[in-house]
Amino acid sequence: MTETIRRFSNKVGLPRIIISAFFLFLFILALLFKLPINTLISDSIRRFGMYGILVLAMVPAIQSGIGPNFALPLGIVCGLLGGLMSIEFGLKGTQSFIGALLISLPFAILVGWIYGILLNKIKGSEMLVATYTGFSMVSFMSIMWILLPFDHPEMVWPIGNGLRVTIALDTTFGQILNNLGAFPILGINIPTGLLLFFFGCCLCVWLFSRSKMGTAMKAAGDNPKFAVASGINVDRCRIIGTVLSTVLGAVGILVYAQSYGFIQLYQAPLMMAFPAVASILIGGASATRAKISHVILGAFLFQGLLTVALPVANEIVSEGNLSEVLRMIVQNGIILYALTKVGGGN
Amino acid sequence: MAHMSNTKTFNNNLENKNTSLNIKSIFINHSVTILFVIICIIGIKLSKLPLFFIANELLTRITRNSFLVLSLIIPVLAGMGLNFGITIGAMAGQIAIIAVTHLGVTGIKGFLLCALLAVPLAMLFGYLTGKLLNKTKGQEMIASMIAGFFANGIYQFIFLFSIGTIIPMKDPVMMLSSGVGIRNTIDLSRNVGIKYALDNLLKLPVFKVCLVVALFTIIIYTLFRIYKVKYKDYKKEKFFSAKYITTITICLVIIIISCIFAFNSNHLPSQLKMFKNIKLPVITCIVILVLCLFNILIVKTKLGQDFRTVGQNKHIAKVSGIDVNKVRIIAITISTLLAAWGQLIFLQNIGTLNTYGSHVQIATFSIAALLIGGASVSRATIGQALLGTILFHTLFIVSPKAGKNLFGDAQIGEFFRAFVAYGVIGLSLGLHAWKKRIQFKKVG
Repeated sequence: MTETIRRFSNKVGLPRIIISAFFLFLFILALLFKLPINTLISDSIRRFGMYGILVLAMVPAIQSGIGPNFALPLGIVCGLLGGLMSIEFGLKGTQSFIGALLISLPFAILVGWIYGILLNKIKGSEMLVATYTGFSMVSFMSIMWILLPFDHPEMVWPIGNGLRVTIALDTTFGQILNNLGAFPILGINIPTGLLLFFFGCCLCVWLFSRSKMGTAMKAAGDNPKFAVASGINVDRCRIIGTVLSTVLGAVGILVYAQSYGFIQLYQAPLMMAFPAVASILIGGASATRAKISHVILGAFLFQGLLTVALPVANEIVSEGNLSEVLRMIVQNGIILYALTKVGGGN
Repeated sequence: MAHMSNTKTFNNNLENKNTSLNIKSIFINHSVTILFVIICIIGIKLSKLPLFFIANELLTRITRNSFLVLSLIIPVLAGMGLNFGITIGAMAGQIAIIAVTHLGVTGIKGFLLCALLAVPLAMLFGYLTGKLLNKTKGQEMIASMIAGFFANGIYQFIFLFSIGTIIPMKDPVMMLSSGVGIRNTIDLSRNVGIKYALDNLLKLPVFKVCLVVALFTIIIYTLFRIYKVKYKDYKKEKFFSAKYITTITICLVIIIISCIFAFNSNHLPSQLKMFKNIKLPVITCIVILVLCLFNILIVKTKLGQDFRTVGQNKHIAKVSGIDVNKVRIIAITISTLLAAWGQLIFLQNIGTLNTYGSHVQIATFSIAALLIGGASVSRATIGQALLGTILFHTLFIVSPKAGKNLFGDAQIGEFFRAFVAYGVIGLSLGLHAWKKRIQFKKVG
């Protein structure tokens, strides 16, 4: 009996069991407090789709061997730039969303490519350098948000210089995927467009990892020495992984922004990499191994946990943001756990 | 003849080449520092702030921050890189401050009580951090950074939600009106807390202090040299070595400048006259000097040698019978404890405790300062720490005003200094990893 339990916990992973149990526990608490369950479930699903692609961005990075992409803000600012330019050009509705995606693509590819070259020079210390590259890029772009010559009245401050801190997307691409074919089931709102887009992206990444290039990339990540011996250009594979991850980051933030209804600038992207990294780790990935199933499971568990925790925490303590504190503990705890697995004993 | 002169010119050429190579290598090795000196000078020019203001502010900031920066050195020595976990030490310091303010002990007594109370907390936290870092060898820096975030979550949980519910405490001044959780800001001013407890113990005009210190340096150093030359086995060495002469010259220059400012300032232009009024918190400076001394002396002990051996090569250390894990834990514990004290010095100068924010940026700013001074992941000295603090905080003082003068927006300056702090850390760590990789390739 104990043997079976141990085998089960080894297979699923201890942190995942704890977090799932905690999720269930919160859910039961929510039932006990008579909170509106169907709203909670719709919110969970919406946030799952909203964060999903940002989590998905970790997959090519981990598979190509550069580890969890802590420099996700690089992709994020590219996506933001695309979104802003699409608004500036006066695009509306669906056009503006597609426009934003298309405009952000070349930026993301370029930035990802340069960043990939940088990462090849510093093999072994990717995670820390990535974190600080991301941080410094966010600060640099904060300067740019003030200086860049945008002048669409919905984006700039009426008085003074620069872009607003949050830009409403009501007239452009706000909720565009969420409302696409959305339908209610048993009081639960299903954002069909959002989910389809997310699963579509997952499918693309999955298909890519099945292609010749994707297989080479995975081999390069799994065992660089073996990959070199079998004639794979490891450095090139790592660059491809970085570019893909950055592009997914850009797409991810646009999906996030349309679902949220606002574009957030300045310091908002600073810490965004950490929840994404934590999500995929909760899903069962490690710093060297990641699959699409990890993304889906992890995004659902982590976002669901946070969505349910917010009202439940408010029932227990009316003041302060307990769920935010909970997020910090869970998120950084899981990253630490994963790091202890990377380093090994000696 | 011709042959000889040829060799001579050849030798000359060679020497020239050597010196030029030296200059080039100096430029490369100190590129970050040199770049910063230039940025600072441009910033000072652009900000158009009066020099007196900058100097005064800078002095305050040096005494406020250098203890924290110096607390980073020992883990570097032990090969664990830059300790991003000093935030955890800072938290220990803040917990002590909250407790002592609650108890109502103020002034220097309160400060000493804080320092005492911080010791067990910081040692416990340091031990736990050390345990964690032993499990994440090779990734210490990112692990200590994430550990800082994680500890911040627990810290917030304790002070926002546990106090008043699980931990019984009643204090209407420090706690939120609901009776649960500590307020965002806690006033530490003179009558209720430890503001200026250390700084105001003894404050003297800076130039008079310089004068006295320089005089003492000359006397003590000369006596030391005499003792060494006469009684020790240094008889071959000349009494007037190059190092001795430079030290004495620098001291003399300081004496002359100090004398001009302290006693004869009437003839100086009015802008410079103000410098006479700058005062130095002497006790704080002495505490910082003691820490410098501690950092120098610990290298000479058995423990310090163990740090170095572990830092150079873990395997050799293990073979020669050093308990590597234990040494690493000790290094992190010392660093955490020093950071806790550093945070006390920092906060007694600031005068208000921002319960949930004071500690957050401590690690980033201290590490950026150390790296700007020319340190790297594997080498950091006291001089680099002090120089880095000066440069980084000059930038801090001038950048908002410079941004406003240049672009008409003070925010740009603030973003710029954040960019610089993050960028410098990313850049130096990247450069270090790159150099290490090249070395590794050459060997392998």
